[in-house]
Amino acid sequence: MNLLLVIEIFVAAGVSALLVRNAMTTNWRDAGTGTYVGFGMAGLLLLAVIHYYFKTKYFPVNPDMPEGSFFRWALQGLVIFGISGWFFREFGKAVGTEGSRRLFRSMPVTASFGVLTILAYAFVALFAGPIPLSMVVLVAVIGALISGVTLNVSGVTAMRIGYGITVVLTATCLVMYFCGGLAPYGEAEILPRANLLPGGNAATGGDPAHLLGTDQIGRDILSRLIYGARNTVGIAFITTCLAFLIGGTFGFLAATLGGWTDQVCSRIVDALMAIPQLIFALLLMTIATAWAGSNGALITLYMILIIAVLDSTRVYRLSRAVGLNIVVMDYIEAARLRGENLIYLIFREILPNATAPLLAEFGLRFCFVFLTIAALSFLGIGIQPPRADWGTMVRDLGQFINFARSSPLTAALPLMCAGAIALLTVAVNFVVDWMLHQSSGLKG
Amino acid sequence: MSPVPRIILQRLALGVLTLLAVSILIFAAVNALPGDFAQAILGQSATPEAVEAIRNDLGLNEPALIRYLDWLFGILSGDFGTSYSQIKFVEFSGESAAQGGIANVYDQLVPKFKNTTYLAFVTACIAVPLALSLGILAALYRNSAYDRAVNIATLSSISSPEFFLAYILVLYLSVLGGFFDPVSNINAEMTGWERLTATMLPALTLTLVVTAHMMRMTRAAIINLLASPYIEMARLKGISPMRVIVHHALPNALAPIINVIALNLAYLITGVVVIEVVFVYPGIGLTFVDAVKNRDIPVVQACCLIFAAAYVLLNLTADILSIITNPRLRYPK
Repeated sequence: MNLLLVIEIFVAAGVSALLVRNAMTTNWRDAGTGTYVGFGMAGLLLLAVIHYYFKTKYFPVNPDMPEGSFFRWALQGLVIFGISGWFFREFGKAVGTEGSRRLFRSMPVTASFGVLTILAYAFVALFAGPIPLSMVVLVAVIGALISGVTLNVSGVTAMRIGYGITVVLTATCLVMYFCGGLAPYGEAEILPRANLLPGGNAATGGDPAHLLGTDQIGRDILSRLIYGARNTVGIAFITTCLAFLIGGTFGFLAATLGGWTDQVCSRIVDALMAIPQLIFALLLMTIATAWAGSNGALITLYMILIIAVLDSTRVYRLSRAVGLNIVVMDYIEAARLRGENLIYLIFREILPNATAPLLAEFGLRFCFVFLTIAALSFLGIGIQPPRADWGTMVRDLGQFINFARSSPLTAALPLMCAGAIALLTVAVNFVVDWMLHQSSGLKG
Repeated sequence: MSPVPRIILQRLALGVLTLLAVSILIFAAVNALPGDFAQAILGQSATPEAVEAIRNDLGLNEPALIRYLDWLFGILSGDFGTSYSQIKFVEFSGESAAQGGIANVYDQLVPKFKNTTYLAFVTACIAVPLALSLGILAALYRNSAYDRAVNIATLSSISSPEFFLAYILVLYLSVLGGFFDPVSNINAEMTGWERLTATMLPALTLTLVVTAHMMRMTRAAIINLLASPYIEMARLKGISPMRVIVHHALPNALAPIINVIALNLAYLITGVVVIEVVFVYPGIGLTFVDAVKNRDIPVVQACCLIFAAAYVLLNLTADILSIITNPRLRYPK
């Protein structure tokens, strides 16, 4: 307990020191009134936050009624995220090749936090449930093959990095194979005790075996939260890839062929974009549910297709615009005169030069798709039960928020699911923001 | 003809054309449904005669083109059709018409539409001044700690799902704070003040989402201008930075800012669906989601068309306003 207090005081002092350092480096002679007001307000805010934090934690008015616990959790989360982002950046600066180290040096803490979060989500999504042994072997073989090929393409260093990554990945998979999945229970497993409170304290209606309790029909919420990473993130990722496949193909085709192809594709896209996306998705989902009947998996599949098509309109616009700028280059002309076919033109000449903007767009599109799917699931027309998914969980657990006064942890459950969605999109946005900043050459 | 009215007319015509295309799209999508509604309401055990009778009654036997034209001209004369879920099939199914709902889609939607417009209006009243002042401040103190903090806050708010922000507001302002009711009960007997407080939570949530967008755009629009020579000149004259931004940069940044405001109001339309469901706010969005779940096709069609029309209209307004505020756009090269 005392150690915690020391850490808290340490963090508070650190943040205050940051403010003071900021004040020291400010040019006070030329500063306007606004700067003074700004620093004054920031100082007051900081004082208020620190005061409220320590007061509610160590000197509560009423020990039975936990006051300010949400505020403290949010603050602790923020500090932990900031510190972990900072450590990850320092780690990246120290370890790795010259190129990756330079990359980390140019990163703000937000971006390194974003990268760390994305890696963490990928880890949870991959290892939510137990993995088969064949996957371990597959990772090792494919990694070794790719690394072997890179020797001919990019040289010895690239191959060594490739082998390094393969060894790390295979080792992780092997460890996870022996550990089993991260989730203690199955996502649809109905356990004998329903409505267990979170906290794992038997005296307050919990069970140490279910840290976050169980839901109304007795499914372990922690397991569902972990499986939600696999389902929600995985489905969003597949959908985004599909959207890029459709939108990118037609966009580049329209840019290269021009004429009628371009006109027809562009008008179709215009018509599709005239209806707000979520509204259109809802309309199409009405029809899809009528087709699929009560088959949950089929509804999910239709949802993936519908959102992929609707989202590919944006990808189409971008890849067509980027493609049009590339098509007029001299090297495309040269390739055309050489008699190269369409596929060669698109894959070997246009695509490599369009990767940077498309990659940034991929991040943004992923966020959009992810949020759309979450919204649809929240409305009850997206990913279908028994598959665990964060949007549906928010809807199911939403009523718990009314227990905020008596049992803050219970009320935090819907916020955890929604926060898991928000955290990933925020992380991706931080990374994309930094990437765009880098590539646009804006340095201040 | 002077250029401005001509351009406006041109855009209006384009807008009408877009709406027509949208109506075709919606109608085609809905008609891709397998089987039909008559079968669905009566269930598997229905006699073919009953199904046929309902089909005749709803006009489902006509060819698609005729039905489309019927629907389109009906809308133009204010008739959105009859809601399937409220329709009374006494003479066919033998059930008593116990539910006293409003069968006419138009009558059903008008009060909902008013509620949604009110919500959007309240949101705009809070969000627009807030976003503009925050954006101007961020442009003024760019690259400072304030700017960075605002950047992180707005990015987080943009990328969070709407229901996350909604639940956080419910937690603090309703469950813990006790200022507002977590469920927006709106009815006709309410006084203006009661109605405002009942609308406040959804409006504040929408404000959070929209303000972040608008603020970032405002900041970007102003910063874009700050590199121009006339700003440099103003600065060299010794004018205070605030004055440079408000008197010199802002008037020229007005066109993009107006554009952004209109586009964000259009964005409100999508956001409104989820928010209305969270707060059970009796607006178009909630009606739409319910109709989607009940497969109440006429209501779905009507809501979809209303949303699309509002979207197209706001985009159109943005277009026209930016042409009016920026004379350079009036003469295309």
